[in-house]
Amino acid sequence: MRTYAGHSTAKASNELYRRNLQKGQTGLSVAFDLPTQTGYDPDDELARGEVGKVGVPISHRGDMAALMDGIPLAEMNTSMTINATASWLLALYIVAAEEQGAASEQLQGTTQNDIIKEFLARGTYAFPPGPSMRLIADMIAYTVEHVPKWNPINICSYHLQEAGATPVQEIAYAMSNAIAVLDAARERVADERLEQVFGRVSFFVNAGVRFIEEHAKLRAMSILWEELGRKRYDVRDERHLRFRYGVQVNSLGLTEAQPENNVQRIVLEALAVTLGRSARARAIQLPAWNEALGLPRPWDQQWSLRIQQVLAYETDVLEYPDIFEGSRVMDSLVDELLEGARAEMAVVAEHGGAVQAVPYMKGALVDSHRARIHRIESGEQVVVGQNRFTETEESPLTADAEGGILMVDPTVEAEQVEALRRWRAERDQGAVDEALARLAQAARDDSGAENLMVPTIAAARAGATTGEWASTLREVFGSYRAPTGVGEAGAPAADGQLSELREEVSRLQEKLGRRPKILVGKPGLDGHSNGAEQIAVRARDSGMDVVYEGIRLTPAQIASSALQEGVHVIGLSILSGSHRELIPAVLDALHGAGVTAPVVVGGIIPEQDVAALRKAGVAAVYTPKDFDINRIMRDIVALVGADANGAKANGSDANGSATTGSSAAATA
Amino acid sequence: MSGAPRPQDGVGAALGARLRERDLSAAPAALNLLESTSSADREQAALLLRELSPDALGGEAPAHVIGVTGPPGAGKSTLLSALLRAWRNEGPPARTVAMLAVDPSSRRSGGSLLGDRARIDFDPSDRGVLIRSTAAGERLGGLARATRQSAHALAAAFDLVVIETVGVGQAETEVADVADTVAVIVQPGGGDVLQFLKSGIMEIPDVLVVTKADLGALATATRRDLSAALRSLGARDTPVLAVSSLPPPSGIAELASALEEHRARLDVAARRLSARRASALTEFVAEHGERGLRALGGRSAARELLSAQAPGLDVPALVAALEQSMP
Repeated sequence: MRTYAGHSTAKASNELYRRNLQKGQTGLSVAFDLPTQTGYDPDDELARGEVGKVGVPISHRGDMAALMDGIPLAEMNTSMTINATASWLLALYIVAAEEQGAASEQLQGTTQNDIIKEFLARGTYAFPPGPSMRLIADMIAYTVEHVPKWNPINICSYHLQEAGATPVQEIAYAMSNAIAVLDAARERVADERLEQVFGRVSFFVNAGVRFIEEHAKLRAMSILWEELGRKRYDVRDERHLRFRYGVQVNSLGLTEAQPENNVQRIVLEALAVTLGRSARARAIQLPAWNEALGLPRPWDQQWSLRIQQVLAYETDVLEYPDIFEGSRVMDSLVDELLEGARAEMAVVAEHGGAVQAVPYMKGALVDSHRARIHRIESGEQVVVGQNRFTETEESPLTADAEGGILMVDPTVEAEQVEALRRWRAERDQGAVDEALARLAQAARDDSGAENLMVPTIAAARAGATTGEWASTLREVFGSYRAPTGVGEAGAPAADGQLSELREEVSRLQEKLGRRPKILVGKPGLDGHSNGAEQIAVRARDSGMDVVYEGIRLTPAQIASSALQEGVHVIGLSILSGSHRELIPAVLDALHGAGVTAPVVVGGIIPEQDVAALRKAGVAAVYTPKDFDINRIMRDIVALVGADANGAKANGSDANGSATTGSSAAATA
Repeated sequence: MSGAPRPQDGVGAALGARLRERDLSAAPAALNLLESTSSADREQAALLLRELSPDALGGEAPAHVIGVTGPPGAGKSTLLSALLRAWRNEGPPARTVAMLAVDPSSRRSGGSLLGDRARIDFDPSDRGVLIRSTAAGERLGGLARATRQSAHALAAAFDLVVIETVGVGQAETEVADVADTVAVIVQPGGGDVLQFLKSGIMEIPDVLVVTKADLGALATATRRDLSAALRSLGARDTPVLAVSSLPPPSGIAELASALEEHRARLDVAARRLSARRASALTEFVAEHGERGLRALGGRSAARELLSAQAPGLDVPALVAALEQSMP
């Protein structure tokens, strides 16, 4: 039992961990901030507004030591949600343990380390697919020798469901992903070690509110996993063939409207992973009831921990053998899922495996997510409090001043930058330079003769920073942009609403002289692109020209694109809570470039921030309660229409939008 | 005509004059105007182009206009990122680059997803690079009117104008109507291009590029097959280059010089003149249909009419000349 936690600074997070352990939590689950996850230091341009937001910033071994201060690492079980930079964070953890006197053989825990789902759903990748897989394989080979109790990788189907995956897709893509990882590891470890590696691979799954089907999904996954072990990797030991998984229940289905309903959703989802013993989760994390509103506070997290404790200690759910054994309904549900998953795995294999199939899988996920949104918009799928039973009493839970969420102190970023400067000034720079040069040399060697974990641990000891480690490797491996999936998503036949929308867009086109053109993108490091993708696809399906630029954009990039592309409107999406810093920065950059096109913002934006954003010049703000995308499109069409009128009235360029402000002629 | 535009000519002429002075910051607004279909904007667009006609410029627009085309997935965007870096890092002075990326539209809704920009890697603060994405519109595989006019206009201000289109066959032919140099991009094992070349569906490009040279034997075999096909067609001068855009990139500098060499051998004035006349004919047909063509006495009569016009006229002026000859 644990809660996913970390924010602000290493010291503040350490205090939070110690409190949680006192309350009966049995392990740690570390949340890192986005710069740490993507390999940037707090003083990097891309880190602006993101430091300490969705997790704790860890730049070097000093930060890791402070994070784990007073927590005996030889006894602790620590789960780290870290992927692209997993080898680096594990290296820092090993060094911090060394400083406490704990040997690496004693360390227990898990690094998420699943890069394929980052390309597909979560977006915090740092290097291209090939080198990313090499880092993973090296880390598996290293831990199996030197950190034998560590789970080096946690294959995530969780994020796939969050990105819209159906149960069949969730099973098939997770298994295909595991095959890609194991095949890569097979090249790096001795044959007799492969069985042990197989036994160390665990999964991180999702559980939605259709909890009977979700339970069947987990049974299907454990059958497939065992089959894979026996047939493909010749695993004989029963212990190693067990499907081990942790779970975080569904966040996608949690609503901003009547957020108290999320509590019963979370409880039901927890049942999916605990009811039947033969497919029961080994570790459970429950989200907080107010996740769709902003960052949860300690009290919100305590509530989620208490749900697990009631389930474990008050109910009888853990007292029986498998309660679905012999159930014909359960068995046929499982068979159906197995059949679908095997067929989909074959499609992935035809693409050349999971790494090669990333564009295919991404497109399929965007399509599934669109179908799901369509069902909710049409009312076919009921979401209580959101598209049905929407009338509500005033909620006392969200009535307090801050709207029921945690605010990260904005001074944290400046403090971290200052602390990092001190760290750099006080360390032995010569030793750091030498360690990074050795890392680059090992990375450049295509034969992969040296395991990259070795120079990585040496760099951690020498005092290198997260940004330095990652930029050294970026220089060797090149940078990468994952496919967006939106181009692959098919165009649906128009229903009544969409036809009306297309007519509105055509009328607007007449007025503008050009087809309405929208720029959709995500500033900052947050890689959760599902929302932005759905906006982009729907704008296209409404008949607009859509410039979709994907994730990790700087304000300068957004301004340059808006200007060069001559867009009529700009849509920005942010879910990481960094909108307070990033949106004004983007508005400044647009202003500087002379772009006057209106800006709309979507994301997890607390109520009290909406007014501030509007005042800063944002034309409209959309939050998770605005689930009807057609309505958002109609708003955008109206907004662009009004903007064109305004531009004409002011006598500026008849095309209405992003023209160069410096041009006297354009307003002649 | 040349010199300062008259104030009553308005926005279009002013933007045209700024482009003629190589003021790159005028480009986005000029493109907004050229893409517009409203009649007021079309008038301004014609005035803009008039400022950039060979007569107004005192010669052909200085840019090297390059068409880059090839099937989806051939690696065009990655290759263009590498070429862009090469062009911007050479010199001094580094050459300025405008890129027109033409994306296929969704034919059902009329809308489109313009994804190329995200795939091309460049520094957003670099004022010497402009990337504009446009939808192909209803004309799948071809160039929209706006793309041709935009290329003409940008060629006055930038050193290089690149038109990127998707597809082989039709797309390649239309790009040839605008570009000085056409490069067709093929990925290893790309049998379509080979077949199209042999069967004559496709015009012989000025440069052929085989991407993903890192794939080794397959890339070498593709390159060999293409060279053999070109020899059998008597096109020995068309270079076939192998490039790899993955780090460490290879063949990029060679490609840049092959493009350059083609331009050096070319009679630019003659090619541009025939391009303008071809564009004018295409536009006239798009506007007035086959019926308009018959009114002129057929396609070859229209061509004769065009070749009788002064060589320094821009495309709108040529279209107007055809229209005046309609009974």
